[in-house]
Amino acid sequence: MDKTWNNKAWFLVLPVLVLVAFSAVIPLMTVVNYSVQDTFGNNVFFWAGTEWFEELLHSDRFWEAMVRNLIFSFIILAIEVPLGIFIALNMPKKGWGVPVCLVLMALPLLVPWNVVGTIWQVFGRNDIGLLGYYVNALGFDYNYVQDPFDAWVTVIVMDVWHWTSLVVLLCYAGLVSIPDAFYQAAKIDGASRWAVFRYIQLPKMQRVLLIAVLLRFMDSFMIYTEPFVVTGGGPGNSTTFLSIDLVKTALGQFDLGPAAAMSLVYFLIILLLSWVFYTVMTNYDAER
Amino acid sequence: MARIDVNHIRHSYLPNPRKDSDFALKEVHHTFEDGGAYALLGPSGCGKTTLLNIISGLLHPSHGQLLFNGRDITNLSTQERNIAQVFQFPVIYDTMTVYDNLAFPLRNRRVPEADVDRKVRETLDMIDLASLAKKKARGLTADQKQKISLGRGLVRSDVNAILFDEPLTVIDPHMKWVLRSQLKQLHRRFGYTMVYVTHDQTEALTFADRVVVMYDGEIVQIGTPAELFERPRHTFVGYFIGSPGMNVLPVALEGKTAKLGAQRIELPGVPKADKGAVELGVRPEYVRLGREGMAVQVSKVEDVGRHKVVRANLEGKEIAAVIGEDDEVPAEPKVRFDPAGINIYADSWLVEMARVEMGA
Repeated sequence: MDKTWNNKAWFLVLPVLVLVAFSAVIPLMTVVNYSVQDTFGNNVFFWAGTEWFEELLHSDRFWEAMVRNLIFSFIILAIEVPLGIFIALNMPKKGWGVPVCLVLMALPLLVPWNVVGTIWQVFGRNDIGLLGYYVNALGFDYNYVQDPFDAWVTVIVMDVWHWTSLVVLLCYAGLVSIPDAFYQAAKIDGASRWAVFRYIQLPKMQRVLLIAVLLRFMDSFMIYTEPFVVTGGGPGNSTTFLSIDLVKTALGQFDLGPAAAMSLVYFLIILLLSWVFYTVMTNYDAER
Repeated sequence: MARIDVNHIRHSYLPNPRKDSDFALKEVHHTFEDGGAYALLGPSGCGKTTLLNIISGLLHPSHGQLLFNGRDITNLSTQERNIAQVFQFPVIYDTMTVYDNLAFPLRNRRVPEADVDRKVRETLDMIDLASLAKKKARGLTADQKQKISLGRGLVRSDVNAILFDEPLTVIDPHMKWVLRSQLKQLHRRFGYTMVYVTHDQTEALTFADRVVVMYDGEIVQIGTPAELFERPRHTFVGYFIGSPGMNVLPVALEGKTAKLGAQRIELPGVPKADKGAVELGVRPEYVRLGREGMAVQVSKVEDVGRHKVVRANLEGKEIAAVIGEDDEVPAEPKVRFDPAGINIYADSWLVEMARVEMGA
């Protein structure tokens, strides 16, 4: 019963609370504020209630962007995770190859988003772009400016180029932490290459893979800069993902209310999906 | 089960070994008899594990041949050699249950599921984990995990040999003793060829029929525990086995007498040492402390429970003597060496002595 209760400790947490308030809570509340009001400018606001939310949830444009975004996230996860694991498995574990591979892998991660966009925007052009020109020269009709399918391929290949490295580096970190004795024991036990992967390497990579999947999902779900620079959301609306749609609404049309409602829904979706991912993976973890 | 011939095997971890010191295994030539229980004993870095990994095929030797039952298997893979090996630290497949862990080596070899079940249950009883069979292996304690590793080594009955690489390092002392006697029982029951690497002399001496002592990449002596104790072939074996180790004193020979400083020590025979630095080795158990013999200054008496260890100074050299728990150190202590326990070494290797049996 000698526990000391001392409320002075709250003062120590205060700086963090203030910082978080200014950087996150207050901006978020402003958005909440916008989402329930309407304005015609001049800082004059009218109460709108849940009108913007109802409108949003019945808007085809929003759902289309959402579906597009989910498909995009699904495709890049389906490519980047297996590809990342595959590359990590084949990277050298020792010798001079290690630093070379690590630097090569880290390079795309160091390039700023809009530069990546610009690189691919030029790279894919069929008049002066190295890729676009030669793909056309080989007889394929490739034009990301006019063909929605080509636009999608370009955006996906760009994302794979930019972000697979992240999955590779995380998986590699998991792989090098496996002691040699595990591989030796597997040889003694007569395990096949697949069994080694399934029962030794994959379990050891599981935690880092969880992080990789979470990061890649959230990043791809929020993707804005690269497709905006390359396709601007087009042709038509074919590559208009949620955040591009959001920016169009908020800044293009200056519809603050609908845009704020959309931000909040967007935020809740990310929160929900992250929670689902995390729970599923950690439950799976606890079961074992 | 198989007889294993290690035929002039040398191994180096360097790509182009030149000098002797480049070799982790200088040259090993030895036969592990079918059904024998061997211990490979030696300090860390003496090449024990290297030799073990060469036998199991995890390493390919730089030179030499390995034969199982007379068949050259130097170039066969680990799997083709059909060997079981247990490692120092527990290796478990932590996504599997305890049962599946044990079944893994069998299932990989396409053993029919009915046999798998029978063998796994047998092994589970043996290692006393039957109650945990359905549990995931990752939640277990370190010694339970190591028991699984042991179990995976024991589950296949048709292996050519079972190799143990210091398997009891992580196990609690009392469990160590239990597991070791279980292994010994298994050996008696099934007659596996077992090779057990350890740097713990008690473990080696209690487990094995024959102990192979290694030092600096070479086998220095192979013998029964008693032989290693009575007649160490190399002063290293003398130091390494026994607690405390053998007293090794530099002496000069003169026929049947060894001269240590001003002291003259009668030998049980005439040693055939004609060259090299000569040393006399005598185990503390054969040093008699009393009122007769060579005068010593006692520096310390350690009571280790069943007996006392007396540290003393003889002619400027440190020696140890073992006396009974109730024995007293005399006021003017003197020591004698029991002739039965005296060995003579030239350049660290034991030299033959035509022993004249006691009676004179």
